[in-house]
Amino acid sequence: MRDFYGVRLATPMMLGTARYPSPAVMAAAFRDSGASVATVSLRREGEGGRAFWDIVRALGIHVLPNTAGCHSAREAITTARMAREYFETDWIKLEVIGDADTLHPDPFGLLEAAEALCADGFKVFPYTTEDQVLAQRLVDAGCRVLMPWGSPIGSGQGLNNPHGLRTLRAAFPDIPLVVDAGLGLPSHAAQAMEMGYDAVLLNTAVAEARDPVAMARAFALAAQAGAIASSAGPMPARDMAQPSTPVIGRAWL
Amino acid sequence: MADVTIIGAGVVGLWTAWALLAQGLTPRLIDREGAPGPHGCSWWAGGMLAPDCEGALAEPLVVAHGRSAASAWARVTDVTERGTLVLAPERDRVELDAFADRTLGHEPVDGPEIMRLEPGLEGRHRRGLFFRDEAHIAPRRALADLVARLADKGVEIERAQARPEDMAGPVIDCRGLAARDALDTLRGVRGEMIVLRSTEIVLRRPIRLLHPRHPLYVVPRPGGTFMLGATQIESTDRSGVTARAALELLSSAYALDPRFAEAEIVEMGADLRPAFPDNVPRIVRRGRVLHVNGLFRHGYLMAPALARQAAAYLADGHKGDLFHED
Repeated sequence: MRDFYGVRLATPMMLGTARYPSPAVMAAAFRDSGASVATVSLRREGEGGRAFWDIVRALGIHVLPNTAGCHSAREAITTARMAREYFETDWIKLEVIGDADTLHPDPFGLLEAAEALCADGFKVFPYTTEDQVLAQRLVDAGCRVLMPWGSPIGSGQGLNNPHGLRTLRAAFPDIPLVVDAGLGLPSHAAQAMEMGYDAVLLNTAVAEARDPVAMARAFALAAQAGAIASSAGPMPARDMAQPSTPVIGRAWL
Repeated sequence: MADVTIIGAGVVGLWTAWALLAQGLTPRLIDREGAPGPHGCSWWAGGMLAPDCEGALAEPLVVAHGRSAASAWARVTDVTERGTLVLAPERDRVELDAFADRTLGHEPVDGPEIMRLEPGLEGRHRRGLFFRDEAHIAPRRALADLVARLADKGVEIERAQARPEDMAGPVIDCRGLAARDALDTLRGVRGEMIVLRSTEIVLRRPIRLLHPRHPLYVVPRPGGTFMLGATQIESTDRSGVTARAALELLSSAYALDPRFAEAEIVEMGADLRPAFPDNVPRIVRRGRVLHVNGLFRHGYLMAPALARQAAAYLADGHKGDLFHED
């Protein structure tokens, strides 16, 4: 199993902390899913978010602060430094948004911020598209994790470009890869893990389910199933039917 | 001579005084700022009595008690019982299905029915949900009506600093977020609101506009004004409305009815809602102090039930289902 900047995660699930009906429901979703990383945003809450951040810290798992809501490299760098100070971690999920409507990552701002933050000693988890060249540039900048989107944030569309995600897996065999954003159903998480991804990161699909705690558990089980399937060596898909009992000897015309 | 001291004259403090009188007990009501005003978060509320809509996110206990709120308020102030209309922009109409799936007490409405309910919207919306049994009040008027009713019974609000532990006899602590010194899991959740005045727009009932990022409710108020609410941010920052919140609320209002673009901005406000981790209000007994707190976004919906249970406990020792054991 690939490690995340030297950390081996107990489960392949990272869960966001936004949009739950209450902090109590959020805590239960984390507990029942066994998620090993909690992501938390800082930009909008600012310093006033401390009471909530303390609730996140009390979950007792790895905290991955993010720069959600940042629209420029400079904004993201400032937010990352604030996160490092408050959460006493050099992990940062780097998000630089290029379009306010689709929340499409800004590849240029992302690379600029990643270079600056890696040079500053951060362990950067970049939220990126599945673009292979951008991924290589992020690795060149010092990123040792890549987090391509499945589909736009909060859309629940699943993996819009499975081919691109597979290509990325093949191109970066030594870099831990996480499908981040766009997962709507547990089967999407299983699909990502079956491709050999190292983890999934999601938030809305759990937080906005009618029963977030049960949905968190469903995602955890699906991610685990996908991980087992990946290591078990899935059979190749074929065009030909291959009967499991031979037809020789049966009357056929 | 008072039987019980209440500290905090926000919506729950006032209701508690009223409920104690109903039990034959004499309350003393103290607030560090005196009568209700912009210093307290009750001032900034929407005044919707919408238990079923709130049920989309709130716990069943809130929905159950919220259903009796309108009849309780009707005894002290004017209550408008015309239901709630829930709409969504055409692009986000799946939000209506999700909302319908998470709530009870609604019926689907189409364009002509929406036109009949709210002719002022001029047929711009083709699908919605109508929550027939919900109601709304004008919150600041309701607070003033409660203060006047209490004064009629001889209960005045004393303006003074008071801490529960310094008072003699039974104390009901209704200080809201100021009670964080005693309730360590209480947190503030920031909310921002805007009041607009429009002579063109007429709405008969609260409208909720669903949106994946910027949900909005609009509550019609006396004098051609409309309250737009409300953001919900996990922050304890009490400073004024941010430009972003104003943009979001005003853009959503514009999406509901473009004539809001010409409305006058009368007021903007931000404050913190006191909330426990499950966002459900609680009564917590510690010795001779009852803490009634954590009303979150359900102050007007839950104050009557909380007050009734707190007063009943002091009268006969009965603990209702809103009591929480530490």
